[in-house]
Amino acid sequence: MKGFFKSSIGKKLIMSISGLFLILFLLFHLCMNAVVLFSECAYNSVCAFLGSNWYAVAGTVILAAGFLVHIVYAFVLTIQNRKARGTDRYDSQNLPKEVEFASKNMLVLGIIIFCGLITHFGQFWAKMMFADLIGCEEAESLSTNGAYWINYYFHECGALSIVLTVVYLIWFAALWLHLNHGFWSAFHTAGLSNKTWIPRLKCIAKWFSTIVCLGFAVIVIYAACGGIKVPQGCCKDKQAVECQQSTQTPCQQESNK
Amino acid sequence: MSENKGLNLTLKVWRQKDRHSKGQFKEYKVENISTEASFLEMVDILNEQLINTNDPDGPVAFDHDCREGICGMCSLFINGRAHGPDDAITTCQLHMRKFKDGETITIEPWRSGGFPVIKDLMVDRSAYDKIMQAGGFVSVSTGGVPDANAIPIPKADADEAMDAAACIGCGACAATCKNGSAMLFVSAKVSQLALLPQGKVEAAKRAKAMVAKMDELGFGNCTNTGACELECPKQVSISHIARLNREFLKANIKD
Repeated sequence: MKGFFKSSIGKKLIMSISGLFLILFLLFHLCMNAVVLFSECAYNSVCAFLGSNWYAVAGTVILAAGFLVHIVYAFVLTIQNRKARGTDRYDSQNLPKEVEFASKNMLVLGIIIFCGLITHFGQFWAKMMFADLIGCEEAESLSTNGAYWINYYFHECGALSIVLTVVYLIWFAALWLHLNHGFWSAFHTAGLSNKTWIPRLKCIAKWFSTIVCLGFAVIVIYAACGGIKVPQGCCKDKQAVECQQSTQTPCQQESNK
Repeated sequence: MSENKGLNLTLKVWRQKDRHSKGQFKEYKVENISTEASFLEMVDILNEQLINTNDPDGPVAFDHDCREGICGMCSLFINGRAHGPDDAITTCQLHMRKFKDGETITIEPWRSGGFPVIKDLMVDRSAYDKIMQAGGFVSVSTGGVPDANAIPIPKADADEAMDAAACIGCGACAATCKNGSAMLFVSAKVSQLALLPQGKVEAAKRAKAMVAKMDELGFGNCTNTGACELECPKQVSISHIARLNREFLKANIKD
């Protein structure tokens, strides 16, 4: 395997494997989030289960490595490809309509997804994973209350909730496009396709990306419509709410008042 | 019989003195071009006109040879598409009936890092030859032609190999690809041999050598846009790219 990962195909295979790994994570994430549609308490149990175990931390580290590899290689390959394309551009280029929009704009879509991730991390993941680092013990009672945070951001924040709902839906649209191409492309790069399987993989990619993104969108819209009820007993502690709010932005605090 | 009225066209042609000079578009008018003429014949008429009028830039340099879609020499980017507006044909097979009277036609050379412009519309495609030299062959002892049925080959494999072998190495794939990738060309050449018993002996060595040469020559990485397949005059499928990836992975695992 000497020099394999330095070759163009080797580098693409790294993108492919890390992409498939992230696709698996997305499926897991959707399954986990979908629980909130059926039972807020059950969802909070999932949050508690995933937030306080060493294997959840180990999983987070592996996941972060997957993201990092995927992002770094995306930029490395794009830089190489731009160089390979040369400095001269066509006066006009009319590519056939069959060339997917997503396939031509994977980096841009990836950047949009990354920006969405940062927002998402700040709103949910950081609050739930680093509650004990915030500085007050009471915050921990909300750290496992995922239902509270979903309801809070998508329903309780007034105008901010509407903006966040729209932003998340745009994020899911970018994710749909990225997955739509990335899914079948990952198999193709790994050599797992042929004339018969290319159309099949493209079809599976469409279904998969639609199910995943629609699933996330349904949860957000459901929450925006006030469908998620915060379980009693989880958020009674006023001190805990105040403590969490102290870590929020002024806009968020204003909307709480 | 009514007289067939010819086309009056404006040609926006890329003119570049040599590899190191900066090029630019120049506009020329051609009149009364027969709709029966091929595109290259129309460029021939333009060149005759440029010679007769002592144009300071001289005739337009462009590649051509067989003029029947076999050799892969013609390489023009016409109105934003490799080999012009029609699908699955080379520039030499393109006819003027595909254009309208009074139309402006933009003619450019291949633009890709791997294909530097030599002059006007001619590009240096020797990079493809170098990739072929690296491993696009079968080492066999010469001798009498063996009986066609001596080595049984499944029909599906033979058909797939023939489809891959249809690649004429014109360079439309790399010229169209937004990444300047030559993967369709390399995969076609690797596939046509890897599918047949005679080529399987050196399959691993071939895949590694050709990919290494492709990377060394600075071609880009394939991102599976599929534009190459759509613009390929021989409609070589991107399924060959998946085969190349498999062959390359297998070859490296064997090491």
